[in-house]
Amino acid sequence: MGTGTNIGRVRGLGSAHHGAMHWWRQRLTAGGNIVTMVWFVVSLFRLPSLDHASVVTWLQSPFNAVMMLLLVGSVFYHFRLGLQTVIEDYQHEGSRFVAIVLLNFYTIALAAIAVFSILKIAFGAA
Amino acid sequence: MARNPGRPLSPHLTIWKWGPHMLVSILHRATGVALATGGAMLFTWWLSAIASGPDAYASFSRYVIDAEGSGGLAMFTTLLAKVAAVGLTWAFFQHMATGIRHLVLDLGAGYELKTNRTFARLTMVASTLLTLILWIWAWRN
Ligand code: HEM
Ligand code: HEM
Repeated sequence: MGTGTNIGRVRGLGSAHHGAMHWWRQRLTAGGNIVTMVWFVVSLFRLPSLDHASVVTWLQSPFNAVMMLLLVGSVFYHFRLGLQTVIEDYQHEGSRFVAIVLLNFYTIALAAIAVFSILKIAFGAA
Repeated sequence: MARNPGRPLSPHLTIWKWGPHMLVSILHRATGVALATGGAMLFTWWLSAIASGPDAYASFSRYVIDAEGSGGLAMFTTLLAKVAAVGLTWAFFQHMATGIRHLVLDLGAGYELKTNRTFARLTMVASTLLTLILWIWAWRN
């Protein structure tokens, strides 16, 4: 916001100086997604069956549980950033603000359910 | 005036024609949004069904994975889920391929017209092949 006029700064115009970090984290998580998602898709298709006992046994392995937590961290952060870009391309002013708030609620709620479920299964309570 | 057809034309808001690079650009966005909404919800629903125990998982499974002699509704929803699952694997491979393409372009490589088009087409060939291989392999097991 350094080069804007004072009134422009009051109105929140100009750069918020978060662009480079957003861009870099989108790419960092893209790398994390390649590792965790390829692992996940291959593991899922290699499971002997998708019945309850098989998926629970699979998720109770510490390695698999930690990989799933890392996947949720990387993928959810990544799509949170990605959907923000999409929203900013098509929505402006009031509706943009609402959409970003809903995006945050959506991502954090889904992540909380996913992490809780992974831990519950991994700790033997499912 | 004679124009050298080997040279690129600048795109203009109303004067352009489709090329593979445009197609994969919009596909990257479409698949990203599909994975982040449908994919993420299905993934989380699946995890929470497992975590809720065998009975809850059985009813999830009946409508999403395997209808096993259940009624017409379950047959219909499992069929829909199969289509969604194949669609999401394709979307994933397509987004991964165009994502890697993005990372290469970010390095400043692959902007020569021919290379750029070839790489754009390759992402679609790769995602379709990977999806076919995975599902045919799953089918036969
Ligand atoms: C498999 C590895 C993946 C790679 C290499 C990857 C790569 C990328 C890259 C580089 C971008 C930035 C594009 C840009 O700057 O315009 C991006 C955007 C995005 N990604 Fe991914 N991604 C991956 C997986 C995922 C997954 C699993 C999801 C969702 C669950 C996802 C959702 C998104 C979304 C919504 C966007 C924004 C699209 C846009 O702005 O057009 N990505 N991805
Ligand atoms: C039907 C035609 C078009 C579609 C569907 C389309 C779609 C898109 C999408 C989804 C993105 C963001 C995803 C990405 O970075 O890969 C994008 C980025 C971009 N488009 Fe287009 N576009 C079209 C035509 C045009 C035209 C005619 C121009 C130039 C006059 C243009 C200039 C750009 C530029 C400069 C970017 C990069 C923006 C950035 O890096 O933030 N596009 N386009």
